[in-house]
Amino acid sequence: MQNVVIKTDKLTKKFGDFTATDAITFEVYEGEIFGFLGANGAGKTTAMRMLCGLSTPTSGEATIAGFDIYKDTEKIKANIGYMSQKFSLYEDLTVIENIRFFGGVYGLSDQEIKEKSDHLIDLLGLKEESKKLVGSLPLGWKQKLAFSVAIIHDPKIVFLDEPTGGVDPVTRRQFWDLIYEASNRGITIFVTTHYMDEAEYCNRISMMVDGEMKALDTPTNLKKTYNAASMDEVFFELARGAKRQAD
Amino acid sequence: MKQFFTFVRKEFYHVFRDRKTLLMLFGLPIAQILLFGFALTNEIKDSKIVVVDYANDPASREITQKLAASDQFELQSSLMSHREIEAAFRKGVVNLAVVFPANFNSDLLAQNSAQIQVIADASDPNKANTLTNYVNNILRDYQQERVNETQLPYQIQPEIRMLYNPELKGATNFVPGVMALVLVLICVLMTSISIVREKENGTMEVLLVSPFNPFLVIISKAVPYFVLSLFNLTVILLMSIFFMGLPFEGSLLLFYAESSLLIIAALSLGLLISNSTDSQQTAMLIALMGMMIPTMLFTGFMFPIENMPMPLRIISNVVPSKWYYIIVKSIMIKGLGFSAIWKETLILVGMTAFFLFVSFKKFKIRLA
Repeated sequence: MQNVVIKTDKLTKKFGDFTATDAITFEVYEGEIFGFLGANGAGKTTAMRMLCGLSTPTSGEATIAGFDIYKDTEKIKANIGYMSQKFSLYEDLTVIENIRFFGGVYGLSDQEIKEKSDHLIDLLGLKEESKKLVGSLPLGWKQKLAFSVAIIHDPKIVFLDEPTGGVDPVTRRQFWDLIYEASNRGITIFVTTHYMDEAEYCNRISMMVDGEMKALDTPTNLKKTYNAASMDEVFFELARGAKRQAD
Repeated sequence: MKQFFTFVRKEFYHVFRDRKTLLMLFGLPIAQILLFGFALTNEIKDSKIVVVDYANDPASREITQKLAASDQFELQSSLMSHREIEAAFRKGVVNLAVVFPANFNSDLLAQNSAQIQVIADASDPNKANTLTNYVNNILRDYQQERVNETQLPYQIQPEIRMLYNPELKGATNFVPGVMALVLVLICVLMTSISIVREKENGTMEVLLVSPFNPFLVIISKAVPYFVLSLFNLTVILLMSIFFMGLPFEGSLLLFYAESSLLIIAALSLGLLISNSTDSQQTAMLIALMGMMIPTMLFTGFMFPIENMPMPLRIISNVVPSKWYYIIVKSIMIKGLGFSAIWKETLILVGMTAFFLFVSFKKFKIRLA
């Protein structure tokens, strides 16, 4: 039996009459890449925000790395990394300043920050650019850097909210190499995406439709279940019944 | 604590990387002082006047000379008729006309009273008032001299002392006002913008997910602007002392302590604004419309609050800079100590506490 790092039970968030996520129940295992799919407005971001402690659930239970999302938010924060939908580094800071800043925010020692930043700059091949402002880097590099910074404190879980939006396929592939590398180190990846080719890279994927979780399985099994040739078809099959308009 | 310094250092990077804003931050107080000090002043100098002298006797000539000699007036060529005066006023080439009737001196000698007509362009009522006052003063001077010559049995000679500001410099009024304006503007505007920018960029989410205490996020954002404001305050102070020749009578320590109080009040207002909006533009608009205009109007350095109608006077009480203005004037110009300004200080402390309480209460640790 694998270790469970995320466990939710009927997790629900309502905004007035509108139910953004409706009683979702699932488990995520340690070290896996968990894809969180759904159309725009299906409730992915809301669900993710609840898991990160950015948003308080209306009802339901959840534990992250063994900590309760109502009571232990501070402990959860120390154990997770987060990369937001919008680009989440400071454009007017240099590469090295960004790394140092986020290392400092996560309470790493000067020694650790130095080792980490040397390693990161080496890994991403940013030696020449380390003193350049992040704003001057191409988008793909920025996003790889943002991901590396999000896991600078070796969290148990990292949440990625549409990390590869607007990036070309080659860079996306490189980005996923970084994700695999992190996953191999035992970091659990929780990722939302629109791209169905990326869904294939995940160990398991879940599908959100109108705030409910309609499916949860490995890509191979899902294709089998829905008798589909690709994840695209699975997605269409599931999303067809969606009542919410994409925003 | 180390996390806090990491954060403050990052905020300083933001401030110093943004050259345009930085230029504005340092340029603003200097520009304001120069503007209010040299360009915009209540004193009227070299106003164009004409003298119509139907008398042309010793008395009228002497008064005319006095008018011509004063800084306030610049004597235009003497026109002759009333009609020409009217035409000159219409064209706007003169602001004031002084008319001596015929027999001015002999009336004065024979009847101990003579009349003189002063015509002012009252399309700008304030200016007209000021100019006629100048003429009155010159006439009074002249009378005084004549009275001295003739040795009347008794006379009242007012001895006027202008306390605290013997030269009647406008600077004593506007320098404390500019201080208040600059502090409020920089602190409210810059804090609100810098917090909202994090929201816009999505970095606020990342910070809120991190174990870093959200309240420290806010406090460390305020630190650079606090430092900058103190620096600006010092620049204004030095400029006003060495450029404008203003005195500094009171305690420097008290002055900086009271200024820090206003800065904290302004910073918490900026925080309050940033809580209620998600876009930098809106934050800027609220800060400018909501802070700059009331500060200009109700601080008292541009328009005297005593002359305002009751409702506006009441409103002026909720503007923090009004109280700061009173405090700074008391310290700088009058050299008063804390005992004289404790009431204003208490009001300012109360406001600051209120703003801080509300803004911290409203600050969203979670997004929804």
